[in-house]
Amino acid sequence: MPHPAAQDPLEPQIDRWRQYLRRRQTVHSVDVAELEDHLRELIASLMTGGLAADEAFLVAVKRLGAIDALSREFAREHSDRLWKQLVTQGEAPTSPRLRREPFVAFGLAVAAGVLVKLPALFGLDLDADGAFYARNATLFILPLLTAYFGWKRDLPARALALPLVMFIGALLAANLPTFTPGGATEPLVALHLPIALWLAVGIAYAGARWREVAGRMDFLRFSGELFIYFVLIALGGGVLLATSAGIFESIGVDIEPFMEQWAPSLMLGAIIVAAWLVEAKQSVVENMAPVLTMLFTPLFTIALLLFLGTAAWTGRGVAIERDILLLFDLLLLLVVALLLYTLSARDPHRRVGAFDRAQLALILAALAVDMLALSAMTLRISGMGVTPNRVVALGLNAILLVNLAGAAALQVRFLSGRTPFARLERWQTDFLPVYGGWATFVAVGLPALFSYA
Amino acid sequence: MELSKDLVAASSSPLVLSILAEADSYGYAILRRVRELSDGQIEWTDGMLYPVLHRLERLGHIEARWEVAETGRQRKYYRLTDDGRRQMAEEQRQWQAVDAALRGIWGAQIAPTLARTLGEPAPTRHGRPSLA
Repeated sequence: MPHPAAQDPLEPQIDRWRQYLRRRQTVHSVDVAELEDHLRELIASLMTGGLAADEAFLVAVKRLGAIDALSREFAREHSDRLWKQLVTQGEAPTSPRLRREPFVAFGLAVAAGVLVKLPALFGLDLDADGAFYARNATLFILPLLTAYFGWKRDLPARALALPLVMFIGALLAANLPTFTPGGATEPLVALHLPIALWLAVGIAYAGARWREVAGRMDFLRFSGELFIYFVLIALGGGVLLATSAGIFESIGVDIEPFMEQWAPSLMLGAIIVAAWLVEAKQSVVENMAPVLTMLFTPLFTIALLLFLGTAAWTGRGVAIERDILLLFDLLLLLVVALLLYTLSARDPHRRVGAFDRAQLALILAALAVDMLALSAMTLRISGMGVTPNRVVALGLNAILLVNLAGAAALQVRFLSGRTPFARLERWQTDFLPVYGGWATFVAVGLPALFSYA
Repeated sequence: MELSKDLVAASSSPLVLSILAEADSYGYAILRRVRELSDGQIEWTDGMLYPVLHRLERLGHIEARWEVAETGRQRKYYRLTDDGRRQMAEEQRQWQAVDAALRGIWGAQIAPTLARTLGEPAPTRHGRPSLA
């Protein structure tokens, strides 16, 4: 730098260039320093050649190479960096909050593990009082997960008021002394409270963006990735525990009772760790959930079409058995999930393609299959009597049918270019409160209607 | 003249090693030397040199150290290691073999071209003057 004073207007420009380069995960800050030295040398020599500072800067940046191409070359030489990003934040995190994050996450994971052991102090045994644990399972973990996001997003207290009310309400609803042991409503509560409370997590996750389509879509993405991470961690944990049990057995020590005792704690802790990992690796590697949906959308469509064809060919109706409605609910739920995660990964600006048509085929096939099942049932359902299980199964089926019918109509309009992609997203994200409302009704209202039978 | 991508990739390592064999150096100076040596015929995109340096460092052919340059800035200098010296000798042998082969065949082809320029019909397989 021959004339430090003359180069002053350069500093902000170099700053911007440096920051832009730093955002590339494959170029570490020590490389940026090396490249910056090079850039300054270039600028200095160009200015000696008679260029003005800003001209020299532009020429030097161009000669150094397009940042995209540059970071691609760095990625090729340092492919490991793409993967290291998975756990660490790469370079020293800028804010102390980010630095503390792993500790907060692990602290909360440990807290969840301890929390689930607390009822044991009051004589509630995991085996003997399984129903208690089933009804309360998510209450050991979701409040902590909500707290994690409250901390991470630095939410004001009033933003967390609604989730808090939901958790307290759930705690009361799940522990009313009125449940008939072994009754039908108890498992329904255990199944539906988590769904209602998951929305409480969503409110904390999305923060102020909960009212926006994008905020809810992010939460859906997060949910899918969390599920996949949790399954992977659980698989790894299973291998670890099984191997440990085996080697301890070889020296005549049986650690299985000990492991059984702590397995729930480990599972709950794993959820928080998974949530932290999903947050940490966001946007670094392509998300998994959309990849899986791309794979399974055509396969499910083929399976459903084959089923329809076979049913028409053989003329066989759907046999009405006890859990048949639940099976078809599950099918619709899967189709909605496939739809949702495809939407979540679709580039809104991409033009209508073959996959969008395949999706419509999937929705229509699912609707047809469900109609087949429902029509077979309508004849006999009135004679079967009203039970909590049937109400829940039929209600869920109705909700999902409405969702898919609406989605199909929108998809047709979208394919013919009469509606923007954003409407499809909005339709799905607007449905989240409907699921929450229904789950709340099943968990709180329905048991009362059936007097907690 | 723009060298093909493959040729740039293949020649970058022997060039860098040979320049570092002269003296320890840093990125900008290495590039300047490449330009000098090739009379500006070899033009690299400046930034692309660094992944090459990092690869050579990872392979143990060169070593890096940070020093304060005369400009007062931190600068990363590279030094050829013994291993790098061996590598350089090896690449030298390989390039010389390629060079010798090309010279051999081009030398044989240049003779007829030269003859044509002098007005003598070049001998062809059919014994007729070539139209080319």
